[in-house]
Amino acid sequence: MNFSNLILQLFQGLGNTVLLFVLTLAFSLPLGLIVTFGRMNKWAPFHKLKDHSANKFANALSNLKPIQLIFRFFISILRGTPLMLQIIVVFFGPYYAFGMKLAASYRVIAVVLAFSINYAAYFAEIFRSGIESIPVGQYEAAQVLGYNKKQTFFKIILPQMVKRVLPPVTNEVITLVKDTSLAFVITYTEMFTIAKQVAAAQTTIVPLFVAGLFYFIFNAIVAWGMERLERSMAYYN
Amino acid sequence: MNVLELNHVKKTFDGKLEVLTDISLNVQKGEVVAIIGPSGSGKSTLLRCATLLTAMDSGELSYMEQKAAWNDDSGRAVYALDLKKIRSYFGLVFQNFNLFPHYSVLKNLMDAPVSVMKRDPQEVRTEAMELLKKMGLEDKADSYPCQLSGGQQQRVAIARALAMKPEILFFDEPTSALDPELTGEILKVIRQLAEEKMTMVIVTHEMSFARDVADRVIFMDGGVIVEQGDPKDVIEHPQEERTRQFLSRFADR
Repeated sequence: MNFSNLILQLFQGLGNTVLLFVLTLAFSLPLGLIVTFGRMNKWAPFHKLKDHSANKFANALSNLKPIQLIFRFFISILRGTPLMLQIIVVFFGPYYAFGMKLAASYRVIAVVLAFSINYAAYFAEIFRSGIESIPVGQYEAAQVLGYNKKQTFFKIILPQMVKRVLPPVTNEVITLVKDTSLAFVITYTEMFTIAKQVAAAQTTIVPLFVAGLFYFIFNAIVAWGMERLERSMAYYN
Repeated sequence: MNVLELNHVKKTFDGKLEVLTDISLNVQKGEVVAIIGPSGSGKSTLLRCATLLTAMDSGELSYMEQKAAWNDDSGRAVYALDLKKIRSYFGLVFQNFNLFPHYSVLKNLMDAPVSVMKRDPQEVRTEAMELLKKMGLEDKADSYPCQLSGGQQQRVAIARALAMKPEILFFDEPTSALDPELTGEILKVIRQLAEEKMTMVIVTHEMSFARDVADRVIFMDGGVIVEQGDPKDVIEHPQEERTRQFLSRFADR
């Protein structure tokens, strides 16, 4: 196989890589925000039990925040286990758990689903750090001016949060570009899967290096875009 | 008419530290009240209770004779469910300005009147520009807070509060974050507002300013009002030993 043929094949795989990348971002960013709300939820159904006596059980129960606890649990699972395993579970899980026979098109859905949920967990924690870094005075100023909770969040807190979280989000986005190669585990034919196939067939590692170059260029574009986005918000600090 | 009525306010933090022990404060329309006192005396907590930023344990609060909070049968303060109208009666100027950094100066002034009070943007813009002119900041309308000096930022914060057309304006140590040179420009603005008969409650450490501008000075310590009255009487001829002690430290400087 000649070199131009290799480039052509890799480009075909790149289409699937870009598709996975774009869909994952489109779903995981908003999902991450929802997970943040769950993670920061302060609902404590037993808070009225709080007393200052020695009843340790009542005190512990009064501090229980069930919604927050559930989200913490899921975040710890998603961050604490390999993404590759999560992809396998999402793809094969419906069959092994419920005997469901899913169409071949489920492969794309499974891989996007697994990536979106996994990245949402990371984004959620980044968003949380951003929200918690906003000074309490911003909430107080908004409250005194009569903003309701929704207005306070979307007009005052969220725009400032976005600016603050851009550098760590860029990190995650760059990692995502490279992580797309994990989709090979359920034979989703993204770029690296093809590169490996060609490398095995031709007994040469050149395709892997070329794929590496493609990832590098892809990420250079991502980094350039994120830097521009950051600069567009540099008018205040 | 009393713009603000606070009766028998009590506030304890964590069930232990008693910050306010039975404070009552009425402010009449057009009155300028200065609250002085040492750190930890409860001045700021009183202001936060009045502006609904902190919930009091017990006591009554009303603005323009409309109740915001009252005591239930067990003697605990309960708040009205809808406080929107109540909030529209007062404005607060913070020690640290708390401007919205991502909004231009003009948007800082305009956003709440437009999106909270649903007023006509063109009309609000005209008023906001007039307010900026009054503050000597008409050329800063398109600047961002980070491009302004502390004194300018605080003037924007005052203008932002005034843009909501409050009946009463609270100031929480408005000059404490500013160096002495910038303090003067803020005091000048407040003085001008006093001349226009704006109702104001000012927590401050500027004794001579309190004496010159206020109609009434309140000295607080340990969560109670120790002494109050005409500024000249309280500041120059305090009756209480504790007030004398506190003021003598200012005389030394």
